[in-house]
Amino acid sequence: MSMNYSKKVMEHFKNPKNMGEMKDADGVGKVGNPVCGDVMHIYIKVGKKDGKEIIEDIKFQTFGCVSAIAVTSMTTLLAKGKTLEESLKIKRDDVASALDGLPPIKMHCSNLASEALEAAINDYMKKTKKKGN
Amino acid sequence: MSADKIYMDSAATTRVDHEVMKAMQPYFSEDFGNMASLHSRGREAEHAVEKARRDITKKVNGKDHRLIFTSGGTESNNFVLKGLAFAKKDKGHIITTKIEHDCILSTAKWLEKRGFDVTYLPVDREGFVDPAELEGAIRKDTIVASVIHANNEIGTIEPVRELGKVAHEHDVLFHTDACQSFTKVPIDLKKDNIDLMTINSHKIYGPKGVGGLFVRQGVKLEPLLHGGGQEYGFRSGTVNVSGIAGFAKAVDIMKDKHVSHMEKLRDMLIDGALKIDASWLNGSRKQRLCNNAHFSFSHIEGESLIIHLDLKGIAASTGSACSSKSLEPSHVLTAIGLKPEEAHGSIRFSLGKESTKEEIERTLESLSDAVETLRKISPFKR
Ligand SMILES: Cc1ncc(COP(=O)(O)O)c(C=O)c1O
Repeated sequence: MSMNYSKKVMEHFKNPKNMGEMKDADGVGKVGNPVCGDVMHIYIKVGKKDGKEIIEDIKFQTFGCVSAIAVTSMTTLLAKGKTLEESLKIKRDDVASALDGLPPIKMHCSNLASEALEAAINDYMKKTKKKGN
Repeated sequence: MSADKIYMDSAATTRVDHEVMKAMQPYFSEDFGNMASLHSRGREAEHAVEKARRDITKKVNGKDHRLIFTSGGTESNNFVLKGLAFAKKDKGHIITTKIEHDCILSTAKWLEKRGFDVTYLPVDREGFVDPAELEGAIRKDTIVASVIHANNEIGTIEPVRELGKVAHEHDVLFHTDACQSFTKVPIDLKKDNIDLMTINSHKIYGPKGVGGLFVRQGVKLEPLLHGGGQEYGFRSGTVNVSGIAGFAKAVDIMKDKHVSHMEKLRDMLIDGALKIDASWLNGSRKQRLCNNAHFSFSHIEGESLIIHLDLKGIAASTGSACSSKSLEPSHVLTAIGLKPEEAHGSIRFSLGKESTKEEIERTLESLSDAVETLRKISPFKR
């Protein structure tokens, strides 16, 4: 079946932003299941700005289809530089609309990417003994 | 750019050959008659259709068979299962396999809902149906055994002669879906113990929407389409004369040299692709369609791979879940025992008679680049 991907999706697929592993990450979020065909890892480095904790650096690795790769790339782009609180508010519709839409059958991919981000933030919180939400 | 496009999806469909177009042309505006009419325009149409029927039938030694023209593989497969089932009674047993085309599987499931029993035979790792399994599945009320001649995804050519023999030893009709293999694998309806066989035109440079079902004389089938009684009463409807003339031409121009050409290039593609790390061939290396190469690559997903290749002008296909509407991996890959995560990283290349060595070289280059790129993005370690 052919998929109609937006130009934005294809740009991120061809040239993913923030791709790769982060060895000294402060938080790591791993979601998905190879059985289902999508696995996403998001790595974050947390810094401080105006007394608030922000995502200073972020990287991702994804096993999955075109949209899975594009949504993780876009999610990292949206989260970079934001406070942790703001980042937790990034939801699937934000990611999908930043990509000019996704085919309906692929919407679950964008869900997964925001879950991965949330998992990475929660992992950081746990490590620093703070409570996640 | 478009001149550089490489088509590696001939198992999906092929372009209509020039010669085929030429053979079809007269039946649109000159000899456009209805073959059921008595006047001479009608006779010309009838002549063309009957010649096509004879020529195509000769190709598979169908002396005891009648070729019924249909609208394609899907109709023929619906016709054969429903037609046999309803000709019998309102119940009975049908045997088929887990690796059939959807038009057999969906028809079988539909018949199950209407009271028929269906057994779906398993296959081994290379996709082969074991004649002993078939024998074990046969019951007193078995109507037909239907086994795909060569699988459309992984290219495995089934041992139809042995399977047909087993069916006949137990007085069970044997049907095979030869949409992928017709003209590419030698077929002799008599020697191969085939009572019924599905063929179509658009996989062999003929027009879409044309196909046929060979029916051994004496086999009873209920028609799907009722009406004017065309095609010996098996299939009513004004006959698609131009399409059938094109189909016959397509069969005529497919030669052994095309088959060996594709085989050579296929082997080159297989040998080259298997040099890529963590890759394997699905299906059988030996009993394989001349134009099929089907691979899995660990740690990456098929749709991404297809789209990467598409960006480089190469058209291929995948049985990966993410490319399907259901988001489930292909039933064929599941049946040969691939784990879902293995099935995801699969890709099918299907060559055509016009494929070239240069195209294979370029495909291999792009394939290994694409696999490497996607593995860099993948979280899984090699
Ligand atoms: C094995 C097989 N059977 C049946 C079909 C359906 O044929 P058609 O497209 O002519 O309906 C195809 C291909 O589409 C096929 O590969």
